[in-house]
Amino acid sequence: MTMQKFDYPATGDVLYSGTAASGLRIRVLPKKGFSGFYAVFATDYGGTYRRFTLDGTAYDTPAGVAHYLEHKMFDLPDGDNALTLLTQNGADPNAFTSSDVTAYYFHCTRLFEENLRLLLHFVSTPYFTEETVRKEQGIIGQEIHMGEDNPGTANYYSLLKLLYRHHPIREKVIGTVESIAEITPEILYACHAAFYTPANMVLCVAGDVDPERVLAIAEEELSSEEKPVPVVSFGEEEDLLPVGSRNVLEMPVSTPQFLIGAKLQPAEKGPALFRQQLTASLAMRLLAGASSPFYNRLYEAGLLNRSFDADADFSTGVGTVILGGESRDPDAVLSALNEEVARIGKVGLDNALFERTKRAGIGSALRGMEDFDDVCVSLALDEFDGFCYLDYPAVMASIEKSECEAFLRDALRPERLALSILAAKKE
Amino acid sequence: MEYSRTEIRPGVWLTHLREDKFKTACFSVSLLSQLNRETASMNALIPFVLRRGTSAFPDMETLSARMEELYGTVIEPIIRRIGEIQCCGFYASFPEDDFLPQGEGVLKDALELTLDLLLSPVTRGGLLLPAYVESERDKLLDLISARMNNKRSYAVLRCIEEMCCCEDFAVGRYGDEESCRSINYKKLSRHYRTLLQTSPIELFYCGRASLREVKALLRDHLSTLPRGEIDMEIGTEIRMNALEAEPRSTVEEMDVSQTNLVIGWRLGECMEDPDFAALYVFNDLFGGSPSSKLFLNVREKLSLCYYASSIIDIRKGLLLVSSGIQLANLDAAKAEIFAQLDAVCRGDFSEDELQTAKAGVISDLRSIPDSQGALESFYLSQAVVGADYSPTDLAALVNEVTAAQVIAIAKSVECDQIYLLKQESDPEDEHDDAEI
Repeated sequence: MTMQKFDYPATGDVLYSGTAASGLRIRVLPKKGFSGFYAVFATDYGGTYRRFTLDGTAYDTPAGVAHYLEHKMFDLPDGDNALTLLTQNGADPNAFTSSDVTAYYFHCTRLFEENLRLLLHFVSTPYFTEETVRKEQGIIGQEIHMGEDNPGTANYYSLLKLLYRHHPIREKVIGTVESIAEITPEILYACHAAFYTPANMVLCVAGDVDPERVLAIAEEELSSEEKPVPVVSFGEEEDLLPVGSRNVLEMPVSTPQFLIGAKLQPAEKGPALFRQQLTASLAMRLLAGASSPFYNRLYEAGLLNRSFDADADFSTGVGTVILGGESRDPDAVLSALNEEVARIGKVGLDNALFERTKRAGIGSALRGMEDFDDVCVSLALDEFDGFCYLDYPAVMASIEKSECEAFLRDALRPERLALSILAAKKE
Repeated sequence: MEYSRTEIRPGVWLTHLREDKFKTACFSVSLLSQLNRETASMNALIPFVLRRGTSAFPDMETLSARMEELYGTVIEPIIRRIGEIQCCGFYASFPEDDFLPQGEGVLKDALELTLDLLLSPVTRGGLLLPAYVESERDKLLDLISARMNNKRSYAVLRCIEEMCCCEDFAVGRYGDEESCRSINYKKLSRHYRTLLQTSPIELFYCGRASLREVKALLRDHLSTLPRGEIDMEIGTEIRMNALEAEPRSTVEEMDVSQTNLVIGWRLGECMEDPDFAALYVFNDLFGGSPSSKLFLNVREKLSLCYYASSIIDIRKGLLLVSSGIQLANLDAAKAEIFAQLDAVCRGDFSEDELQTAKAGVISDLRSIPDSQGALESFYLSQAVVGADYSPTDLAALVNEVTAAQVIAIAKSVECDQIYLLKQESDPEDEHDDAEI
């Protein structure tokens, strides 16, 4: 097996793509002239993958296991710690767990091949004891408390609970102090065995590297045995209406914050999903982006400030549109949004706005390729969704105004919207 | 990468980095001034007001539309504090002409628009528009008060504020609410003109265009910049010693789930002739990385926290350790942080630990040329203090750092302030008060 080369003329990039004997998908983005190397080794396993079936056995795991497992993967059987070994080589290693992915990565400027071997080795070597698992509870307990004090996180989950009836996306990826207390070495071993098989994983590398060497190292470090991939259950499908339409939380914040959201019906994984994601994101920019009449009117009226943002987020079989920021009057923002969506529904989107927003997309696609940490992570995430991040400019260019109009008319119907407010708690 | 630095008008310096490996170019303009309570919020407010409209594109909607037409050029206000020097201006990022359809180019237009934002605001009767000034002043007030939303960074800022209460450094980069509230359009218009005339100005460009081309474009557009007597006296006062014999303590209460502990030290006499390479190595070894003493002991060995890390401010001469803990573990966490600093003082670290710290710092420095944002902030910080070595030069010095130099820094630091952000005490329970 060798790596296949693909050209992406819009951004001047070349991507090498291949699959190791184990089923591991490998993507390499050679970057000449840069001193840094970046590698991410990711598994299609995140906080929402709590219930799954493997070899006929059904598992129902506590909230927070994927993230707990991520923390414990750095321990090696000989008492070594992968974080220490990588930093000794001058590398900067870390990991993250989201609702649908766990990713381990490092950035370095030397000893790239040695660091890559270490990354592949430690992520495929589970080693847990009662003691090491228990010890982590104090650390993650503090990480949970840190999250509880984060207004953005609190409001995000408040919105998801308004929107979703039972999908596990409504629960925090990190779990709770109670749920993580249930985690045992046996549960961690079972989840590792199920989800950390090469066929369920992706390796993405960027830097001045030889793609064939990356493939060769992966073949050497990982077992070539292809194992089955578990079947995950997220429960019965959600309808498109929110569970509740409004919730108010109180926290010590300076100005009230708000999130307006709606559920989407995601397309099948693959090109259709990519097109839907980009259409949603473009439509949101047309509706509420920097040069939109909506944003500018509300900014001038003092209802929005520079913290405002609007986008769509897709993961684990669900899609969510989210608009939010700070506002003294979130209800007024919501009614202005309803009016604007109704107006666009009647008269359509402005042609000039549509053309220049797409033109601006050319610059943002180029900017998006500058940071190879982001590019590698996007490549990995998109791989699990069945498309390639580097197709972004080509797909974006092909989206029609009518698709965006249809999206806005349908997805943002008033009955589909929920508003979560985080009010400033009085001292 | 070709580096050059030239004064292109009186008190206006251009740092030019010619680099072909990026797909976008960046350009920034920073007006430098002495940080102080009276002017900080006015200085900070100016770029936000200017970003509302130029004489050619008089409101945000037309301005944003123009940037989108320039293939998604982004120009945003950027307000920084480097030591006690406030740097206010704009940061622009735009695609390299090579990636645009044949014959299209944005370099000239993007530079022109950035300088128009600075020099040609929409005005009435020669004054900034009252509506824009008032609206942006209220938004700046929100921004100043928003610092409390992120508890970890809030605790660090509050510790600095308490520690440097008698110094200009206590003023945040956006200034304070009180002076911000008193701003009106007449006062701000006057201040804007003074700032343009007197502040040293730093321009930074990184991209594919030659020095000659960039200089020619800038000279053209800067011809309308009024220049008077340039304030070259700006600088940072570095206090070597703690304010009092014993570290001062501050406890603040809020409705929080986690206790945030921040300890502040003066870097001390080592700042008389600071060795930046050794300072970086000291910080990495003590608490700046996942292989540091703080991470391995406070977090990994004792499981007291999710984070316990140190940062240094090499321009002001401060060391700060911050950690999110459970209130019940306060004494244990504090004791361990001080014990680890003592260990560095005693030279209780291995050659491996030293080499790991050096490797980490060298890697960070060698990564700077891979990012335009990192290059811009590195060279601005250099320009502010008149230094002209590159990240690679500094990396070479790091390689030479010895254990003795690291020990000398650890011995030089003086603890000055301990700050705690904790849950509100139950008024019924007197034993709940934290002793720090």
